[in-house]
Amino acid sequence: MAGEGGFPSRAVLRRPALRWVDVLVAAALLGLLYGLLRLAPALNAPFLPDTAPSFVSTDPSNLPYYAVRSLTRMFAALIPSVLFTFVYAIAAARLRRAEKVLLPVLDILQSVPVLGFLSVTVTAFINLFPGSALGLECASVFAIFTAMAWNMTFAFYYSLISQPQELDEAARVMRLTKWQRFWRLDVPGGMIPLVWNGMMSFGGAWFFLAASESISVLNRTYALPGMGSYAAAAIARGDLGKVGIAIGVMMVLVIGVNALFWRPMVAWSERFRVEESEAAEHPRSVVLDTLRRSSVPERLGRPLRPVGRALDRWTRPFGPAEHPLFRPQKRERTGDVFFAGALAALVIFGAWKALAYVQDTAGLAEFGHAFAVGAATFGRVVVLLVVATLVWVPVGVWIGMNPRVSRFAQPVVQVLASFPANFLFPFATAFFVLAGIPLNAGAIVLMALGAQWYILFNVIAGASSIPSDLREAMTLFRVGGRLRWRKFILPAIFPYYVTGGITAAGGAWNASIVGEIVEYGHHHLTATGLGAYIAQATGTGDFPRILIGVTVMSVYVVAANRLLWRRLYRLAETRYAL
Amino acid sequence: MTAGARSPGPVIIEAEHVTKTFITPDGQALPVLDGISFALREGEIVALLGKSGAGKSTLLRCIAGLIAPSAGTVTYRDTPLTGANPGVAMVFQSFALLPWLTVQQNVELSLQARNVPEAERRERALKAIDLIGLDGFEGAYPKELSGGMRQRVGFARGLVVEPDALLMDEPFSALDVLTAENLRSELVGLWEGHDAPVKSILIVTHNIEEAVLLADRVLVLSSNPGSLQAELAVELPRPRDRTDPAFEALVDTVYGILTGREAAVQAAAAPTVPALATPGDLPLPEASVGGLAGLLEILLARGGEDGLAEIADDLNFEIDDLLPLVDATVLLGLATVADARIAITEEGREFTAADILTSKEHFARLAATRAPLVRAIVQGLVATEDGTLREGLFLDLLRRGFSAEQARNQLETAIGWGRYGELFDYNRDDGRLLLEPGARTLLQSSAEPSGSGPEFPGGSGSGGGC
Repeated sequence: MAGEGGFPSRAVLRRPALRWVDVLVAAALLGLLYGLLRLAPALNAPFLPDTAPSFVSTDPSNLPYYAVRSLTRMFAALIPSVLFTFVYAIAAARLRRAEKVLLPVLDILQSVPVLGFLSVTVTAFINLFPGSALGLECASVFAIFTAMAWNMTFAFYYSLISQPQELDEAARVMRLTKWQRFWRLDVPGGMIPLVWNGMMSFGGAWFFLAASESISVLNRTYALPGMGSYAAAAIARGDLGKVGIAIGVMMVLVIGVNALFWRPMVAWSERFRVEESEAAEHPRSVVLDTLRRSSVPERLGRPLRPVGRALDRWTRPFGPAEHPLFRPQKRERTGDVFFAGALAALVIFGAWKALAYVQDTAGLAEFGHAFAVGAATFGRVVVLLVVATLVWVPVGVWIGMNPRVSRFAQPVVQVLASFPANFLFPFATAFFVLAGIPLNAGAIVLMALGAQWYILFNVIAGASSIPSDLREAMTLFRVGGRLRWRKFILPAIFPYYVTGGITAAGGAWNASIVGEIVEYGHHHLTATGLGAYIAQATGTGDFPRILIGVTVMSVYVVAANRLLWRRLYRLAETRYAL
Repeated sequence: MTAGARSPGPVIIEAEHVTKTFITPDGQALPVLDGISFALREGEIVALLGKSGAGKSTLLRCIAGLIAPSAGTVTYRDTPLTGANPGVAMVFQSFALLPWLTVQQNVELSLQARNVPEAERRERALKAIDLIGLDGFEGAYPKELSGGMRQRVGFARGLVVEPDALLMDEPFSALDVLTAENLRSELVGLWEGHDAPVKSILIVTHNIEEAVLLADRVLVLSSNPGSLQAELAVELPRPRDRTDPAFEALVDTVYGILTGREAAVQAAAAPTVPALATPGDLPLPEASVGGLAGLLEILLARGGEDGLAEIADDLNFEIDDLLPLVDATVLLGLATVADARIAITEEGREFTAADILTSKEHFARLAATRAPLVRAIVQGLVATEDGTLREGLFLDLLRRGFSAEQARNQLETAIGWGRYGELFDYNRDDGRLLLEPGARTLLQSSAEPSGSGPEFPGGSGSGGGC
């Protein structure tokens, strides 16, 4: 619809036939298409579990190919994440009964350590595509998907339930169909949070990519060609030079995807901002400007318009986006009771079966053991948070309050936050081995390598959003030193710090699964902890212990969220919101 | 200029005994609309007028089929509504345009919903855009337009579907005075010239002059719960002249209707037997002490007495702004209202003339004796040993007569008054009310001790209709 409202024929005539931007954009598209075509046969390569390679070649000349494979996996996971987000969030926001179930489920899914389930999903997907590497591909993509989807779904759900009331009413009075409402109101209205959270989740998902490309399951190690398995192979040989090369390529990938994909997306999503919440500065993107100046998007979009029209027509029978005004109360209540009863029966049955399974295999006492080692990991997470807070809050405040520094530092920290920390593990491990540091202490550092940046990142954002008149007032009234920190700076950044803290804690728990057992060359280091417990169970295919480990870790995470973070969050929202 | 250019025709929308009750968290039914019946006919403009809390927007949404009435029915062309009303379009106070669509796309959207073919859609949208004076802006995004232009898009979007009834929810109140006036007169022009492709208009407003300026009939709603208080026919020819004595007389009449009942209730309850009025009978008007003092000063500057319509006009106040202040001054005995005129009392003169500490003392005495909720809080606090009480106690008691939000607002107003008068303080962190030292002596000296705790009515709300 972008070209409407004028005289297309004249516009076409006035436009030069081909300009350099058009050539540039077209060439880029062509290259992308070629890459995908070349890749397609490799995805379906023959694969037999017994003969499949455990390690990929560490020849650096393979790196471009591995980079493309890894990147394809990331985007292959992004697409189902977006689809899942749409379906799940709409169901949770629009179906009264579904909301009661879907929201708590999402809450739990967010806290469950995804890596713990890899062994289950890998086995399932290999059986789904027998004799083809596609199963392993799918398992890897699924692991990345689970790292992306929940956050995006939450963000989109909140945008749906916080839709301005008058826009909802306008859509209903206009009698938009369900399809029209979704594309004209729901999706555009949620575009900004969707893109932002997509970018953040994508950054976090690099970690899972690295962890899921090369994995030990059921006493076997599987490897898919990609950056993660390259690094894993280099680590297994203890070749720090090649790990260094992998880190360099990974940096290029992270920065490249940010510059070529997410930055343009963020800049583009600005058009969906409802003006009440005008942003202080508009994100810009050179790539987006180039695309906008070229005519390629329009040329590509024109043939798609009839498709859009047809879809609009076909979805009309689903009726307007309207719920009946009157519901028979009695039937409604009967339905509620039935729904709740069926659900309760299902949950109780499932829990009972799971407990019986554990009782028959590992024994229920194993839970006690898992909780005990969980306490060790919990201790590590606490130490990590305290130290990271003491170090990064002052640094973050300093960066955030100096606009010149923060303009330069913020993108750097963003890259650091999304850089997969598992690439850095061998360097840290080598140091631990040399210095004789036990992994029981060293694991804290490994977990912090990825998690700490969330605190720094959010503190910078908080400090740079303090209104300058407030800062000037504090300076004028000579509020300085300890008083300035206690009464002004810390309260002002508190809401941002809480957000960073939750994310960092979640990241640390997940990282414990790969950080409490590390291998470097012929060194095998193990720490006491829940992460090591899960990793060992995964490696030997001990399903009851995986179940126990993942359950206990979820309990720890959910309990910490409920007892600590959620309260801090409420406090931040009511008292310290600027 | 012929009066009644259109004569009311067949009924389009009929509301019969529409009652809307919200259920409070503790299960109490709280009426917002109470048995309202009226009909919207072809060829007329009807205005729904009332104070805030009169439920006029709720009534409009019942008529639009956006919410279901608790009892009673709304019919469109004799068919009861089961969903959004198929024969109406709506214009919103906040415009409700989709910011990511251009003017033309916004206008076309409601046609697209009705499956109008693309070519016809464009033609009709351009026609509506021209009609409302937006030609040249077809490709603009709403955020590029001023408030007045945005509301024009809102009108175009409503008119383009040629609805039987155009529903308008305070369409001019988000605009500045001049823009609103301009848009109003254009609307009258379209209506009189039979250019607007609508058969009737229902407009919700809290601006009395706007109602009299536009409507053939003005329906006045009373507050808490909203019920039909009066119906006035406006038979002046359009365009109407605000300085016409007949126009001014009508405006004064409406002011009289809107202030009359409250004044009568207060006259009966407040000044003579203060111990009997309860917070449920006599809700606190949501007015700040600053606004109240300002009104008295203006009144004093105007010689101590003036018409409400004149004050509202000069200050550019709408009744939602002015009437709570007026009600508050009357409640505290600082002013009296009769025949839509407000006059300052001796008490009011003293309050205004005094220095800040003395005027605070005045205010404390008046609030603690005449404002039922403030008095109830002070009495409750005095009765405790340590002079503190949880806010929850008062909120629970208030919820018997008010919605949760209203109860909160009542308490907030009382806290504002109590803090200003240094009667009690409030700690937002733990939600406790604390008695100020001066309040104990004040209460003992000015009023005889009456019972122990605060008194509240058992039933709901502030009495029946008029």
